[in-house]
Amino acid sequence: MTDLNKLTISDARDKLRAGEITSVELTEACLKATEDAAALNAIVHPTPDLALEQAKAADTRIGQDDAPDLCGIPLGIKDLFCTKGVASQAASGILEGFKPEYESTVTSKLFDAGAVMTGKLNMDEFAMGSSNETSVYGNAVNPWKLDGTELTPGGSSGGSASAVAADLCLAATGTDTGGSIRQPAAFTGITGIKPTYGRVSRWGIIAFASSLDQAGPMTKSVRDAAIMLEAMCGHDPKDSTSANLAVPNFEAMLTGDIKGKTIGIPKEYRMDGMPDAIEALWAEGRAMMEDAGAKLVDISLPHTKYALPTYYVVAPAEASSNLARYDGVRYGHRAKMAEGDGITEMYEKTRAEGFGSEVKRRVMIGTYVLSAGFYDAYYNRARRVRALIKKDFEDAFASGIDAILTPATPSAAFPLGKKFNDPVQMYLNDVFTVTVNLAGLPGVAVPAGLDSDGLPLGLQLIGKPWQEGELLNFAQAIESRAGFVAKPEKWW
Amino acid sequence: MSIDNDTARRVAKLARIKVEEADLPALAGEFNAILGFVEQLNEVDVEGVEPMTSVTPMRLKRREDVVTEGAQAGKVLANAPDAREGFFAVPKVVE
Repeated sequence: MTDLNKLTISDARDKLRAGEITSVELTEACLKATEDAAALNAIVHPTPDLALEQAKAADTRIGQDDAPDLCGIPLGIKDLFCTKGVASQAASGILEGFKPEYESTVTSKLFDAGAVMTGKLNMDEFAMGSSNETSVYGNAVNPWKLDGTELTPGGSSGGSASAVAADLCLAATGTDTGGSIRQPAAFTGITGIKPTYGRVSRWGIIAFASSLDQAGPMTKSVRDAAIMLEAMCGHDPKDSTSANLAVPNFEAMLTGDIKGKTIGIPKEYRMDGMPDAIEALWAEGRAMMEDAGAKLVDISLPHTKYALPTYYVVAPAEASSNLARYDGVRYGHRAKMAEGDGITEMYEKTRAEGFGSEVKRRVMIGTYVLSAGFYDAYYNRARRVRALIKKDFEDAFASGIDAILTPATPSAAFPLGKKFNDPVQMYLNDVFTVTVNLAGLPGVAVPAGLDSDGLPLGLQLIGKPWQEGELLNFAQAIESRAGFVAKPEKWW
Repeated sequence: MSIDNDTARRVAKLARIKVEEADLPALAGEFNAILGFVEQLNEVDVEGVEPMTSVTPMRLKRREDVVTEGAQAGKVLANAPDAREGFFAVPKVVE
């Protein structure tokens, strides 16, 4: 069989269990595809030896009829996850050479389920970016092209999106602090879900903004997202914000039946200057939900316009605190010292050399908004507005809606370099996704169509806390009606 | 609120990030652009609203104050840029 790397998780699972294919064959197909895809710069630390070792173990396990859904499935892992003995540097120069002595909870759970890791994936440095252009490895590239122009795969999980869309692995882990799973998923025509805050353990994931960060799967189908999310979820005593809740069988909740459900359409997500293609896609999404038997109601989320400014206080504040640990003492890069330099010079030079410009910018903004005299005016005010943003959603759900439908992004993927020198323009990418992180809710991006240039566009569904299963069922209603099967033409 | 070079220098110092004098004006300009963007938060009526401390209603968990995993000095030091005799080594801290 050829092109095994193009399989979905669910198809590969069924073929593995039926004995039609082996995990070693599947893994070799992904490793070969990876070797041929250097131009995408998606997989920055390939781990072929580990992958084949894991694949052999998975084949033994499948032969013994002891095979969880992910057993033998080749996955890519975002560089933000600590993986034991394998480079884990959050795409930052400051973690050059860092090889953790421990395994993150998420990757432990995936490996316990028999998953195979083919490599670590490119991303924006410390997950700070919307285009994968802040990476120390150089940018990842979108497999979709516009008239020969290279496009961003989005960010921060740009390598994950590029790798999955280009069939270098069957699925990948991502993390999402302001939209970093959903925006790149939408830009590359794949599915990505950010679960409810607390659903997936953050232990061993390099921290950016701890009150917003959540990991989730990036996959080729909604069914695959359900399968992989279930394997990633669960209570973890090592993460104090991890929820002690049972994890449902998300795949079994994909019934296809959403009759009688109510979907909210927030008027504040109709932005000035929004491209016609996005407006049209949203209208199509509404029609798909109605076709599936759901009722649409207009809702208001009045504080939506304050979400991005709130985020750009809260996230840098938390980042400045989290990134204080990169001091050149315990791990990673240490600057060369000049004669007479003391420990303060060591810190300052190490951090100046090790961090890229966007990370420095955000750490310093965070330092400023937390500093004496400005803490109340910026940080406390932002936390108050965040409470109001969350209340907007609570009020909407209390009015009887089951989920909210919005566009995933304000545009299709844009050319690399186009927004890199204007931080605020770059931040606007997350305008539809960032509210969800601030409110701690689950959100899923699902590919729903192509724009007039032939680039993929995604819709976003936002769910109630802990209702990822129902949310994925709504997403599948879109997926099955949109019939999105387009793939990028291979140029790499 | 406009950030000048002195403020930019002070913030860089607090953040322990070395910034060359020549780069301060550009940095101050970037701060002003971002802080100008977040300035709109002042329009919001936050009277009587508590600052959010936890996005999900949960009490922070506690655990016994005991050693759970100890005696791993080798692993702890394995990634250090400079480790000697079981310790992290740093430049002189106290004169």
